[in-house]
Amino acid sequence: MAVTDAPKIITSRFDLDDGHTLARYEATGGYQGLKAALARPPASVVEEVKSASLLGRGGAGFPAGVKWGFCPPGVFPRYLVVNGDESEPGTYKDRLLMERDPHQLIEGVLIACYAVGCSQAFLYVRGEMALAQERIAQALNDAYAAGHIGKNIHGSDFSVDVVLHWGAGAYIVGEETALIESLEGNRGMPRLKPPFFPAAKGLYLQPTIVNNVETLSNLPWILTNGAAAFAALGAENSKGTRIFAVSGHVKRPGVYEVEFGVTTFRDLLYAPVYGGGIRHDHELKAFIPGGASAPWLYPEHLDVPLEAGTVGKLGTMLGSGAVVVFDETTDMVKACLRLVRFFARESCGKCTPCREGTTWLEKILERIVDGHGRPEDVNLLLDVCDNISVGMNWPPKQTTICPLGQSATSPIASAVMRFQDEFEAYVGGPAEITVDVKGPAFVGPVRQEVAADA
Amino acid sequence: MARFSEANLATALEIVSRYPRPKSATIPLLHLAQEQDGYVTDDAMEHIAELTGTTPVQVLGTCSFYEMFKREPVGRYLVNICTNISCQIMGGEELLHHAEHVLGIKAGSTTPDGLFTIEDVECIAACTEAPCLQVNYRYFHKISNEEFDEVVADLRAGRRTDEIPPHGTLARVRQHIPADRAAGPADPAGVPEPVWLSAHADAAEGEEA
Ligand SMILES: Cc1cc2nc3c(=O)[nH]c(=O)nc-3n(C[C@H](O)[C@H](O)[C@H](O)COP(=O)(O)O)c2cc1C
Ligand code: SF4
Ligand code: FES
Repeated sequence: MAVTDAPKIITSRFDLDDGHTLARYEATGGYQGLKAALARPPASVVEEVKSASLLGRGGAGFPAGVKWGFCPPGVFPRYLVVNGDESEPGTYKDRLLMERDPHQLIEGVLIACYAVGCSQAFLYVRGEMALAQERIAQALNDAYAAGHIGKNIHGSDFSVDVVLHWGAGAYIVGEETALIESLEGNRGMPRLKPPFFPAAKGLYLQPTIVNNVETLSNLPWILTNGAAAFAALGAENSKGTRIFAVSGHVKRPGVYEVEFGVTTFRDLLYAPVYGGGIRHDHELKAFIPGGASAPWLYPEHLDVPLEAGTVGKLGTMLGSGAVVVFDETTDMVKACLRLVRFFARESCGKCTPCREGTTWLEKILERIVDGHGRPEDVNLLLDVCDNISVGMNWPPKQTTICPLGQSATSPIASAVMRFQDEFEAYVGGPAEITVDVKGPAFVGPVRQEVAADA
Repeated sequence: MARFSEANLATALEIVSRYPRPKSATIPLLHLAQEQDGYVTDDAMEHIAELTGTTPVQVLGTCSFYEMFKREPVGRYLVNICTNISCQIMGGEELLHHAEHVLGIKAGSTTPDGLFTIEDVECIAACTEAPCLQVNYRYFHKISNEEFDEVVADLRAGRRTDEIPPHGTLARVRQHIPADRAAGPADPAGVPEPVWLSAHADAAEGEEA
């Protein structure tokens, strides 16, 4: 087991009752990273973040510094949009970062605006998070009064307003182009990429950087302690630390900041300081490694490190740091239905494969769970998936405007391939699988047997 | 009622002034309308259209996309019970059934006294604290049936009103940018390269560039 003694980079104030106040923030090193940034040229701050190789924590895991470099030169104004819409099932970290350490996020926002040259920032908080909105509003008001935000910050020539904006309930708005549509006052429907890559054509069709709350919350520490100290933690391409929310059937469900790249799933699920083992000492059946959109992993994957590239090769992702644990008693068919219902409800309706596909998947699964399923339905589920996400490859082929449609197929392909017998028990007979499912994570023991027989 | 009151109009104008384009204020103003009236009325949407330079149907188009906006009255307390994956496997559906039984209504409906509405909702970012729910977007973590009954009894008796404001009120602290500290909104059509970038670029030219 590798429970390391890596420092708490972003959760250091989580245990303080007043960690959200300006006084406590300033007393614990607050706004020092901004000071350090302002003392050097913006371009060198971008270089620092690049060399820290800070991966985006919103889901896609794209390096932040590299993304910042995508703004076309000479096109202004640029905007920064903070993605605080956290709603991927299983994900619980951005809300805590906003409620318990809002100044850390604000400082990160300011560092990013300075480095990239953004003339205004919008902090988009999920609508349902009333306390986070309250804490951020208070923190912004206090930071303005103290001269940390606004005109001529810390007496420099750097000026930027940070505006609190809030949503109104729609998972799809977490997708960056939908977030921008929503911020323009529209229905939150994604835009086609290309041409609407935010860094090139984002908010009001100007260059816009969209970053996740956790991503930006790392910046004060990186600027205070240096990229080298950050990159000394972790492994390969996954540097620093990362927050994982471990939920479901563990003894100690919780939100844990762990060293990225080296800590394993086994550590996360079983170490006494983290998950503490499976509840009632049951057997582990499966786990979702990175939010509802991620293909599932199984007990044989426990020793895999939390490293983005390694997990990617298994055909799944660390996504939003949401690990959901299923013990042996879990009804996988029902779990699968609940996840698919989520995607069907949240599809924005713009693309036919996603809108129709998720709806039909939900209907078929409902029929199965209600006891009216037919043996052919099991293959039919995969057939519908194959129409949404052609070949069910990993990473999926783009058949829709955003990846939500393909995401809906992850839980189905995972559950059907691995737990085919549970589906068969529901439909009352053996199912013949004819659809070719290519993603590496979708190969369970049932599939292996089929392959061996052939 | 229904159009913004004088005080809310002042708040609305302040919100609009922060954005480069007034239409961006649509969602915050819809929330303000819902805070004022408990739901979003047609008159409020007309008023918002005037304030954002759009049409009432554009405001309705945006409003109808988002689940939090109610276009007819709901209970004073909106009880949102999460049944998504982490909660489902930890008893979220059982909690929902208990709530439906105790309040005598199905999810999606309101008690006859207008006090409670139940919704069966998607993940509310409290997954490690399952099963969980929100009342008017205030969290209750790891809630048992007994605790649920207590909360309902308290709300019926008029207690906990400090903790849980009526439906429509989200943050009770508003952002306020003092005029002398404001950098101002960045007009997409008229903001040049920021000075701190150009100043450093000039300075750096001699060194490396
Ligand atoms: C359907 C969908 C939902 C998403 N939801 C979120 C979200 O709630 N929060 C988030 O930060 N990113 C979310 N993303 C990812 C964003 O599109 C974007 O990649 C991210 O905000 C970029 O920030 P980062 O580079 O700092 O990770 C979502 C993506 C998709 C396709
Ligand atoms: S894939 Fe689904 S959610 Fe994404 S844009 Fe298309 S219809 Fe909307
Ligand atoms: S699944 Fe219920 S809060 Fe996330």
